[in-house]
Amino acid sequence: MLNFLQHLDRRWIFLLMFIAVAVPLIMGTTFPETPSPQVLAVFDAVDNLPDGSNVVMALDYDPASQGELQPMASAFARHCAIKKHNIYFMTLWPQGISMIQKSIDILQEEYPETYKGKYGTKYVNLGFRAGNEGVIKLVVEDLKKSYSTDIHGTNLDNIPLTKNLKNIQQVDLLCNVSAGYPGSQEWVLYGSSPFDIPTVVGCTGVQAPTMLPYIPDQLTGMLAAIKGAAEYEQAIINVYPQLKNNPNAKEGLIRMGPQLVAHILLISLIFLGNVIYFWERKQGLHQ
Amino acid sequence: MKRTIPLLISAMTGFILIGTAFIPRFVDWGNIAMAWFNLLAAFAFILGGGNLLKMQLQKISAQQPGWGYAAVTLIAFFITLFVGLAKVGVHPNVNFPEFTWSGDYLQEDGAFWWLFEYIFTPLSATMFALLAFYISSAAFRAFRAKNTEATILLIIAVIILLGRTYASVWLTGWFPDEFILGESGIKYSDFKLQNLSEIIMEDFMTPGMRAIKIGIALGVASTSLKVLLGVDRSYLGSDQEA
Repeated sequence: MLNFLQHLDRRWIFLLMFIAVAVPLIMGTTFPETPSPQVLAVFDAVDNLPDGSNVVMALDYDPASQGELQPMASAFARHCAIKKHNIYFMTLWPQGISMIQKSIDILQEEYPETYKGKYGTKYVNLGFRAGNEGVIKLVVEDLKKSYSTDIHGTNLDNIPLTKNLKNIQQVDLLCNVSAGYPGSQEWVLYGSSPFDIPTVVGCTGVQAPTMLPYIPDQLTGMLAAIKGAAEYEQAIINVYPQLKNNPNAKEGLIRMGPQLVAHILLISLIFLGNVIYFWERKQGLHQ
Repeated sequence: MKRTIPLLISAMTGFILIGTAFIPRFVDWGNIAMAWFNLLAAFAFILGGGNLLKMQLQKISAQQPGWGYAAVTLIAFFITLFVGLAKVGVHPNVNFPEFTWSGDYLQEDGAFWWLFEYIFTPLSATMFALLAFYISSAAFRAFRAKNTEATILLIIAVIILLGRTYASVWLTGWFPDEFILGESGIKYSDFKLQNLSEIIMEDFMTPGMRAIKIGIALGVASTSLKVLLGVDRSYLGSDQEA
């Protein structure tokens, strides 16, 4: 048996991983989540704002990372919609425009009474600007120096939401969902930290360790990876049970099933690999 | 001259931006410098496109191994560029119906949107998802308890992997919320896997990351000063080129 495992073709491992992810995904297995204090801090940051507050939603990710980040962006959009917040969408990633559209679709389809046909008065899409942290520095000092028009080419002076907005220091909350550079770290360094803008972020698991040092001073809270998204969804459902019957509002929770089986498979593989290693060492194959 | 002017531009812009942090009078100057930077960043896309063309054409003309992929890259590049610039399949903006090109290039049902939604998105997601397969293979073949450091890393990895799933509740959710030794301050529940993973992240990883970040910031500050003062000129290219 150990001889067989010693020379195991990696395609068997790939097949195991495929089954480990596919089966719980097809079955739609979910598990109850308990929101951690950090996720509750994010929830409270959005929820404690008075209804109709101004929120910037900066979505800096692409299709590659949307599996991990889209549930966070969707949850932010739903939570802001429940609170009837005014939302300013923007992105520092060229591919982020389509990601913004997904959140706008949620607003229009699930909350038509608040957002349908309310472009410019309840939400606005500023789209993409090149310049990475340069754009951030400008929008926190002088928005219209970087964005003179929205994504449709309409002058910001002709849009009710942006007409009197000098910079995003005037907004009540900054929500950033990011997959890397430019993203959460740049928003903290050049945006929220120098101007004390209340900020919450959602990021990939790989990014989370780099963002932890900013909590709680520069960052109010953080959603880390799909686990953070699932906990945030649970926190929203706990307070707003009307979302319980919306399967789209449980994207993160549904993805925790495959994550559980995949993690258990990974641990089993590590264990098995070590059993083989120590067996080989006993045989004198390793020094 | 070829070196002095770029050096002067970078020094002036850099010092103005540093000045904005301390002198309110410089804030507007800083904003102008940043607006210029944004323009330059937009031009970088053109340079990027040009570089892509140059590299792929070199591969094709030299018939390097895999030159067919370079050809596919170029075909895909030109199709996307044409479809995006010509706004193929895009309806005019309702505010400007007389201008056929007034619609948004990413408009739903437009050809560019179609390419993005049905080719770029699935391909990107597939590339990212492949990581799971390679990680599992690497975990089986390379993650070995060869020495003390590797063993500690392995134990921590297992705690984090389990602590970030519902397995932690199954395995250790029943630990009571009682003190282990009188008023020692340590509870049985502290050893729940989800709590252990949080302790590892907050009490061990975060201080380490803070120290690394402070180190990086000091390094960035000193390197930036060297660039602004003209001591470090490596960003202008080698001496021979100048």
